[in-house]
Amino acid sequence: MSKGDDMSVRAESIINSIGWKRLIPAGLKIKKINWAEQARLVITRLAVPLVAIGIFLALWGAIASQIETSLGQLPGPAKVWEQTVGLFDEHKEERQKEAAFYERQEKRNAAKLAKNPDAEVKLRPYTGKPTFFDQILTSVITVATGFLLASLIAIPIGIVCGLSTTLYTAFNPLIQVFKPVSPLAWLPIVTIVVSAVYISDDPMFSKSYVNSAITVTLCCLWPTIINTTVGVSTIDKDLINVSRVLRLSWFTKVIKIVLPASIPMMFAGLRVSLGIGWMVLIAAEMLAQNPGLGKFVWDEFQNGSSNSMARIMVAVLAIGLIGFLLDRIMLMLQRAVSWDKNAVLR
Amino acid sequence: MPKAHLEISHVSIEFPTPNGPFKALDDIELVIKEGEFVSLIGHSGCGKSTVLNIVAGLYQATSGGVILDGKEVNEPGPDRAVVFQNHSLLPWLTAYENVELAVNQVYKGKKSKTEIREWVEHNLTLVHMEHAMHKRPDEISGGMKQRVGIARALSMEPKVLLMDEPFGALDALTRAHMQDSLIEIQARLNNTVIMITHDVDEAVLLSDRIVMMTNGPAASVGDILEIDLPRPRDRVGLADNEYYNHYRAEVLKFLYERQRKPEAMVA
Repeated sequence: MSKGDDMSVRAESIINSIGWKRLIPAGLKIKKINWAEQARLVITRLAVPLVAIGIFLALWGAIASQIETSLGQLPGPAKVWEQTVGLFDEHKEERQKEAAFYERQEKRNAAKLAKNPDAEVKLRPYTGKPTFFDQILTSVITVATGFLLASLIAIPIGIVCGLSTTLYTAFNPLIQVFKPVSPLAWLPIVTIVVSAVYISDDPMFSKSYVNSAITVTLCCLWPTIINTTVGVSTIDKDLINVSRVLRLSWFTKVIKIVLPASIPMMFAGLRVSLGIGWMVLIAAEMLAQNPGLGKFVWDEFQNGSSNSMARIMVAVLAIGLIGFLLDRIMLMLQRAVSWDKNAVLR
Repeated sequence: MPKAHLEISHVSIEFPTPNGPFKALDDIELVIKEGEFVSLIGHSGCGKSTVLNIVAGLYQATSGGVILDGKEVNEPGPDRAVVFQNHSLLPWLTAYENVELAVNQVYKGKKSKTEIREWVEHNLTLVHMEHAMHKRPDEISGGMKQRVGIARALSMEPKVLLMDEPFGALDALTRAHMQDSLIEIQARLNNTVIMITHDVDEAVLLSDRIVMMTNGPAASVGDILEIDLPRPRDRVGLADNEYYNHYRAEVLKFLYERQRKPEAMVA
């Protein structure tokens, strides 16, 4: 295989693993480019979505200019872009301030130590206002924690419910009753319980983080449990018979047969869970004033400056993009662990 | 004469249904010698697979039981390896790994790592799958999958090999090929085999005895036909053999005159 071939294969596999196979025709070798075909593909797969986005932006701009509010005109795409740049500049400025603060503190302490080597120096953390990008990071970490925690609980429950009819009938009423409950209804209880139980002088995590993460967990549990249960209980009976004939231990059976067989359904559940978790987290942060994107939106709403609406729209778009990225990450994971490479995953 | 190896003794089974119990098998009685190749033949729905599943331990007989080497068996185990009709390979494992799973289970602690690898490879070579050992089931043909299924069963060195219509889902040419392979393996290993089949030629070509079952419900053994043809058997040579054709005719008479399908009798 020539080097060029190797490169094109690698490029293709990278593109596939990102999940943008749709942009690249199946089995394309970059060497043998059919330009007419390429042009057609570029038009259908790139130009069409771009035109659609263009029309959306134009409509948005046109409609927004017609709506007058107490905070001025509803912001159009241009105003929102302006605020995006503004938020980025604010973030850079805040980082510079932070760096300057630490530099001053270091100098002060060094001077103190030079005078008296035994002097006690104080190291204070910088307490600036969290920027938009800090809030994004907080929200992403929180949703990841809640989601991981939920998955660790839900997958084993789903597996045992799928394998045992008795356990399924035991769990099922509870699952059915708790599933439709909005996690926001849990939020006050979670907050009160966490304040009562999670007491420490030097807490590793802030209470607000624990509250938000647990709220996310509570809503991520159900789709994963239900889908895993269905996936496990619909495993081909012959495969279960194979494990009986081989006298596989319960654990080996789960690892070698049950888990791989139910991965597609399990991931369907995990993806739904993560999607719901992300939506709920933003609402919970708004409601409880916990740090994160939700708080950013709420603060801007309370602030009510002429830029607030545009800033909220930046947040709305960011929430959407992050949700999309989270789903893509799950899809990549699914592709990596799924045995059925022919399955169409979207 | 070899001693009784496997005894199916007065086996009956009833399945619960909303309209009361359904009796699928009634008093099945069959004694199989070591190294014997027995086929079960009968119309679909007559309970052939149920008999096999009871011997495998996957179903529990309502009355009667199965005795293997003087001991009653009532749960599944590798001493009665099953070749399933639709191969039942784990699709996420390669041919090698599928056989390895069985070998590890049966010989863990008894064979070293090298011995286990050699044994897996030996069994895959036996079914002529050495060239596609590291392919996954979706990358190989139906006949090849069934070969791997047979290698997996053989690798456990079962006392009895149970085959549930092993070639039923294959095309005629592949099936003939697989039957020849099975004749060859049987000549080398001399396993005790119970095979379910729909195919009269397959039954006569492979078996020492053909057990013909009556139609259900409450199916039982209708007749047993000894196939006294010399081994090794060769399908082309037997095509003109008068004994072969006589045995064939016997089975056909049983199936289409004495035990016609109920719906055929109504028509």
